[in-house]
Amino acid sequence: MISRREFLQAAVAAGAIVGTAGAGSWQALAARQALMSQDDLLKFPTMGNVTLVHLTDIHAQLMPIYFREPSINVGVGEAKGQPPHLTGKDFLEMYKIAPETPDAYALSSVDYSALASEYGRMGGIDRIATVLNSIRAEREANTLFLDGGDTWQGSYTSLQTKAADMVEVMNTLKPDAMTSHWEFTYGIDRVKEIVENLPFAFLGGNIFDAEWEEPAFEATKMFERGGVKVAVIGQAFPYLPVANPRWMFPNLSFGIREEQVQKNVDAARDDGAEVVVLLSHNGFDVDRKLASRVKGIDVILTGHTHDALPEPVIVGKTLLIASGSHGKFLSRIDLDVRDGEVKGYQYKLIPIFSDVIAPDKATTELVTKVRAPFEKELNTVLGKTDSLLYRRGNFNGTFDDLICDALIEEREADIAMSPGFRWGTTVLPDQDITVELLHNATSMTYPAAYRSEMTGKLIHDILEDVADNLFNPDPYYQQGGDMVRVGGMGYRIDVTKPIGSRITDMTLLKSGEKIDPAKNYVVAGWASVNEGTEGPPIWDVVANYVKRKKTVAVTPNTSVKVEGV
Amino acid sequence: MNVTRRQALGLGAGAAAVLVAGTAVVPAFAKEKQTADDAIKAFTGGAEAKSGKVSLTTPEIAENGNTVPVTFDVESPMTSDDHVAEVLVLADGNPRPGVATFHFSELSGEASASTRIRLAKTQNVIAVAKMSNGDFYMDKKLVKVTIGGCGG
Repeated sequence: MISRREFLQAAVAAGAIVGTAGAGSWQALAARQALMSQDDLLKFPTMGNVTLVHLTDIHAQLMPIYFREPSINVGVGEAKGQPPHLTGKDFLEMYKIAPETPDAYALSSVDYSALASEYGRMGGIDRIATVLNSIRAEREANTLFLDGGDTWQGSYTSLQTKAADMVEVMNTLKPDAMTSHWEFTYGIDRVKEIVENLPFAFLGGNIFDAEWEEPAFEATKMFERGGVKVAVIGQAFPYLPVANPRWMFPNLSFGIREEQVQKNVDAARDDGAEVVVLLSHNGFDVDRKLASRVKGIDVILTGHTHDALPEPVIVGKTLLIASGSHGKFLSRIDLDVRDGEVKGYQYKLIPIFSDVIAPDKATTELVTKVRAPFEKELNTVLGKTDSLLYRRGNFNGTFDDLICDALIEEREADIAMSPGFRWGTTVLPDQDITVELLHNATSMTYPAAYRSEMTGKLIHDILEDVADNLFNPDPYYQQGGDMVRVGGMGYRIDVTKPIGSRITDMTLLKSGEKIDPAKNYVVAGWASVNEGTEGPPIWDVVANYVKRKKTVAVTPNTSVKVEGV
Repeated sequence: MNVTRRQALGLGAGAAAVLVAGTAVVPAFAKEKQTADDAIKAFTGGAEAKSGKVSLTTPEIAENGNTVPVTFDVESPMTSDDHVAEVLVLADGNPRPGVATFHFSELSGEASASTRIRLAKTQNVIAVAKMSNGDFYMDKKLVKVTIGGCGG
């Protein structure tokens, strides 16, 4: 049997097929796929003396996955209408990407289901290894491989092994440094245990001891590549103690700490750095502002907000790189550094088409080994979906609609809340929902599905609070993430209003009545940051629901009315 | 005097900490219901507090509203002719906006201090410096106190 990859390569070889008359669907497919080959994907106009390779927010996805980019990603303030706040057709037009092409599939939400079945899954750490090996084969002495964090969390196997699977596999890829966010949700003891044995730098210049206000982790690592001194400064997610459970790492303080970033940059320059790279988990808008205020950073490798941009955004003299998430992309930046200055660059956001890029054999074997003990559970089918299940988008995603439906039915609640995480893979219509796919959207260390009574006022306060984390016009007050997903209740949001007045018209969907600030409602949710939250893990709640329904379907969610966009 | 690190921090750390210690945190406001504006007016005697010279460092979003680290640093040669005399720190949204008044002299070396304050809700933290020549400067930073819990 011909494998999909062999088929694609055959299609490339038989290039004559392209453009023949009367193209049926098979030929159209072949024509599109013929646009790609591994050599094309890896082709790069090598330049200068330093190569940076950036992988970020892989969220423990060792295997190829589907991941639909958002169709709504509103920018506010100065970010309005600017990348990465362009989606769908606007995105394609901005970057002159033809619809239905591989790039359109990889980078936008347009025709997602149809293109996904044509172009297949993306990512896979063994394909990433192939790309990395190929770059290193050409530029061994020039290359730095940098991991932007959110590497250890997001899959069934990473949760079961407390990230041991990711650590083992990533170590074989030999990163030069990483920074962090969800890593800390394994608890400070586990992080320390892993970091002590990590054969590369774990950087976080903004991680401080909460009591003494002293640096708690290494900030900067100096490398020499291609005869150039390169300083890499790590910046962990600034709002870990706010957005994630502080009790899991009680003695640490984070924050943007702009002054500290400037100090670290200055120290690196004083130390002879000719290139300064910020390996950041700030989120794109935060980094854009930071780049306008901190002097002396050549490249910011952004992360956290999961944006994938085919070109750098340039602020002053700083290049901002956005390398996507879940292993869909690997970024390569070549820098021409002379006389202590970056004189030029080349950039490519390399899409990891899993059916086009050959897996690296040794890495495939290792992935098979780490997954082996869990293979049966991973492949257990819970049910099927008729609808596309995805998470990304500012206000709702169908996977969260499913989670909210499950919470309301299984926990007998009036209203359900599901956090606006940006991690979680996509399930195509007619695909089986396996334990693995459910865990890709829920796997975490504080999964308790709580059930509690909240007043209408408290629900409003929560929505206002989260909306301000997302739509505060000053990026330094944004935490990343998306709006909390709400089931059983509709509302209107004006993103341009200040905190306290964005959310109006809160309506209980089952009765159509307005939410009364003084009345109590039964709310079910999950992933509370409060210590001691009780309830079954969210994956059990959703698994029971899917098993009972056998086939799930999610109708388009029209209960959130968005204004001011 | 054997000042431990913890005590020094509690008094308001930084290079000036020990020098400041003797006169450090003065309970600021006897009067009830004094607003931050009232307190600034009382401190400056109605004179305008210009922007500049004072830099106030706070987290943008508090990790824990009960203990928010605040640092100020006032640009000054700190000579007998030209130094920072006092710095008033306020939290304009607290039931009692007064936090502390720090006293400095030319012997302080530099006019900076750190402390931790409790913030009841999202509000501005304000530092007003009185210079030895009677000029006033101020800086203001918004610190958000969130319910938290849904990011990522």
